[in-house]
Amino acid sequence: MGAVIELSTHGDARIARAREAAARVCDPEVPVLTIDDLGVLRDVRRDGETIEVVITPTYSGCPAMDMIALEVDLALEKAGFVHRKVTLSLSPAWTTDWMSEAGKAKLKAYGIAPPQGRAKGRGALFGVEEIPCPHCGSLDTRRVSEFGSTACKALWRCESCREPFDYFKCI
Amino acid sequence: MEAPLFTYTLRLADNALVLGHRLSEWCGHGPMLEEDLALANMALDCIGQARNFYTYAGEMEGKGRSEDDLAYLRDCADFTNILLVERPRGDFAFTILRQFLYSAFMHPFFEQLSASKDERLAAIAAKAEKEMAYHLRHSAEWVIRLGDGTEGSAARLSEALADLWPFTGEMFEVDAAERALIEAGVAVDPASIRPLWLETVDRVFADALITRPKDVWMQSGGRRGEHSEHLGHLLADLQFMQRAYPGSVW
Repeated sequence: MGAVIELSTHGDARIARAREAAARVCDPEVPVLTIDDLGVLRDVRRDGETIEVVITPTYSGCPAMDMIALEVDLALEKAGFVHRKVTLSLSPAWTTDWMSEAGKAKLKAYGIAPPQGRAKGRGALFGVEEIPCPHCGSLDTRRVSEFGSTACKALWRCESCREPFDYFKCI
Repeated sequence: MEAPLFTYTLRLADNALVLGHRLSEWCGHGPMLEEDLALANMALDCIGQARNFYTYAGEMEGKGRSEDDLAYLRDCADFTNILLVERPRGDFAFTILRQFLYSAFMHPFFEQLSASKDERLAAIAAKAEKEMAYHLRHSAEWVIRLGDGTEGSAARLSEALADLWPFTGEMFEVDAAERALIEAGVAVDPASIRPLWLETVDRVFADALITRPKDVWMQSGGRRGEHSEHLGHLLADLQFMQRAYPGSVW
């Protein structure tokens, strides 16, 4: 696709370059994932001379958002963009369905079980989940707590290899 | 008189902030590490929701008040949260039961509000709905565990229920300004949520071996700024830094 960008207008090439810079920013709490893997990076566009990067929070109170906005700003500055802004957008609401397959593979390699299946409605509120252990792959796992070290994770334990692990919650 | 939509948004913000603060009081005091984390996580969700609502309320008001101004620089009588959320945190059974009664209401509430004709409220609600689903599931599981647990845990849960139930009526109150917003498709009619709320409560209470109290006098006032003495103490803690050092920043 590189050729397409080369052939496009000056404006589009700038956006592509800005997007590339922004997409490399990592989540400060799950450093193996970029904000692009997570689906937190929603849009890169032009507002006159200004490059605008739109990001969305995973959870309403996600404390990493300020940090991510700052890092995106720094990444754009490094890439030579003088006129730039980072905008926070709430709608549409972030869902784990936006996480890339590459992102899920990186999570698993890092020892965090990736979100299973699609985000569900209230029907699954009291449902049972089956989460494979990211270490040994066993399905004999148990939820220890609905809430883990960050808002986006739950705490699980594998009954086969006895290792505790984080599960990236499906929302 | 304040604009109805501002008042409506402020009430949603105040409920979320005050409950979030009560949950945050557990940080470092949870009955076990996992619950300490869970309560802090739920606090974070509530405070995040409050920030979104306050920011919107401030912008809508157009007087330059930020989310921080609205959270830190208003006094008791200006707060419009329901009395339920300002009750002191009590023991773990009390905190968990309150979270259950509240999130069993707020989960369907946000689900409906996410279809509001006001786009901003709809966007905030769509995020909050997903978070409340987790609060509801977590608190419901604990209500069952405590009610169907030991004699001691069941007694604490029953005591908490007797204390909390009279404060649940205020969730369903509607005033004239709100009625207009409901008719305009902006606000949620709480009466439409009541059947589902009762069904959730009854289903969980049946497993928890406790019974919903009947014909109880319902407390009211918070939405009009008439609060218990507890809110003042909460605000003293919450607002201390900005009162003692006005304008201080991180």
